[in-house]
Amino acid sequence: MEKFTLEGTPKTPTINFDLGSGVLEIKGRSIPENSIEFYKPLVDNLEKYGLSPKPATTVNVQLEYFNTSSSKCILDVFKKLEAIHKGGSSVTINWHYEEDDEDMLEAGEDYQAIISVPFKMVQVAE
Amino acid sequence: MMLDLFDFYDKMERNNILLSFKGDITSDLLTSILQIMESKMDNFQEEPKTKKKVYNVLVECLQNLYHHMDEAPVDSGENGRSAIFMIGKLDGAYNVITGNYILNENVTGLKSRLDEVNSLTKEELKDYYKQILNNGEMSLKGGGGLGMVDIARKTGQKLHYTFQPIDEKVSFFSLNIKVTLNQQ
Repeated sequence: MEKFTLEGTPKTPTINFDLGSGVLEIKGRSIPENSIEFYKPLVDNLEKYGLSPKPATTVNVQLEYFNTSSSKCILDVFKKLEAIHKGGSSVTINWHYEEDDEDMLEAGEDYQAIISVPFKMVQVAE
Repeated sequence: MMLDLFDFYDKMERNNILLSFKGDITSDLLTSILQIMESKMDNFQEEPKTKKKVYNVLVECLQNLYHHMDEAPVDSGENGRSAIFMIGKLDGAYNVITGNYILNENVTGLKSRLDEVNSLTKEELKDYYKQILNNGEMSLKGGGGLGMVDIARKTGQKLHYTFQPIDEKVSFFSLNIKVTLNQQ
């Protein structure tokens, strides 16, 4: 089974993308100075996955912090997922936010308003 | 020139400056600064909510410096790439103060962007953020103009700034961001 993984760093998130089972996980911090460079391989892999996606695709986003430079790249990732969703795989984005982190909840709602993919807001304990 | 070090110290002490830096802003420096500020806030036993807000604002302010300090190189040798920032905690608020040179020709543009952000309500800022996020444009540096909007949204405060004319080429831009604790 093909997988795309990136180990997390203090400025970049852990990414686990199991193309074989259609599960993508983005977890940690996303505050790199150059986020385009960081997200390009993930966007490329989503493009490849989009050619023959699984019937269901699950995306778990659990970010502690992300900078505005990442926010556009995350939108690019979601736009790829939107295309996959329209292309026949049923995509769900689980947006995790910590209890009391209204900014992170709001950020998820911003994406939800822009992207035509079902979002689930998942509260997690601090 | 003989610096009056005590004068520096005293001013910083009175403004309760936790950390200050002047010089070249590198990626590694920012990683260290963020780590130091995280452990300082842990030591102060700040609420997780406060820590997150301050951290987010710090990231945006410092990365602004990182991305924009090259735009107005100063001729004076070693100071070719230099900016300043200070982080303080005073009267129940964290203050992030940054200063860098800016080309005079860019002052009007930046000023009107800051004034626009300052003129918007909370709801308008949210819409404006989504609009910039979704307009598909992306600067090479990746920010695409979202930083200031994000800072204004997260702090719920106006962006305080000044432009100090230096010579016919450059001005000095200072930005003072206040993060109030236990805000709504």
